[in-house]
Amino acid sequence: MPHKQIACATIDVDAEGFMTDFSQWTREVAEGIARDEGIAALTPAHWKVVEFLQKEFRETGQVPSVRKLNKSGVISTKELYEIFPGGPAKKAAKIAGMRKPEGCV
Amino acid sequence: MENKINKVSIIVSKGGLDGVYPGLIMANGARLEGIEANLFFTFFGLDAIITKRMGRIKVATVGNPGMHMPTILGMLPGMSAMATAMMKRTMDKIDIPPVPEFIEMVSDAGCKLYACKATVDMFKLKKEDFCPQVDSIINVGRFYELAAGGHIIFT
Repeated sequence: MPHKQIACATIDVDAEGFMTDFSQWTREVAEGIARDEGIAALTPAHWKVVEFLQKEFRETGQVPSVRKLNKSGVISTKELYEIFPGGPAKKAAKIAGMRKPEGCV
Repeated sequence: MENKINKVSIIVSKGGLDGVYPGLIMANGARLEGIEANLFFTFFGLDAIITKRMGRIKVATVGNPGMHMPTILGMLPGMSAMATAMMKRTMDKIDIPPVPEFIEMVSDAGCKLYACKATVDMFKLKKEDFCPQVDSIINVGRFYELAAGGHIIFT
């Protein structure tokens, strides 16, 4: 399994860079992944999304869709695309330490 | 990745739920991957962006072999409405929104929406008949200009 050096930690990742062991996730790791994804700094809006994804994942075992994020009132679709440019669902899931989202929407 | 797709322009030419959903899902999926996306609605596909019609799009139970339903059954009153309701419930469960919400979602995601000028002229429609997410009414030539450098998908 590939490893990746993020911030001061080494994390286990899959071929596409998604974390495979959530116990290795920390806020510093999230910031490191974000920088790798071209997001210089995580703002409170980013953290709200990350926390919602993790909460939903804990409760349902699924990475929630963009629609769910929008409906939950966490963030509007427009804003989500603005703060995670170039593929919001995947990037947010990666930063949150989760696997790649599986849904089509 | 070397051969990454950077832009798609998707033509939605068919009406009915089974006609409009594939294009919407492809466009939304493109935006999710960071791919630039255009949606061009033509012929009965225009129903998806006509304010008065977009919320009432049904699935055809007659002349639709994919329904696996004898025509005589599909003809029964209420059959199309029932099939539509069933399909909508199932889609909602897997987080595929109803057409008006889907149009809003792809537009918020940064996909551009266009109506086909020839169809607009044929059905005597006006810009006001369309939902606010529609960018403009364009002709085929303009569509090709917008699609330049990307892939074109016809649905």
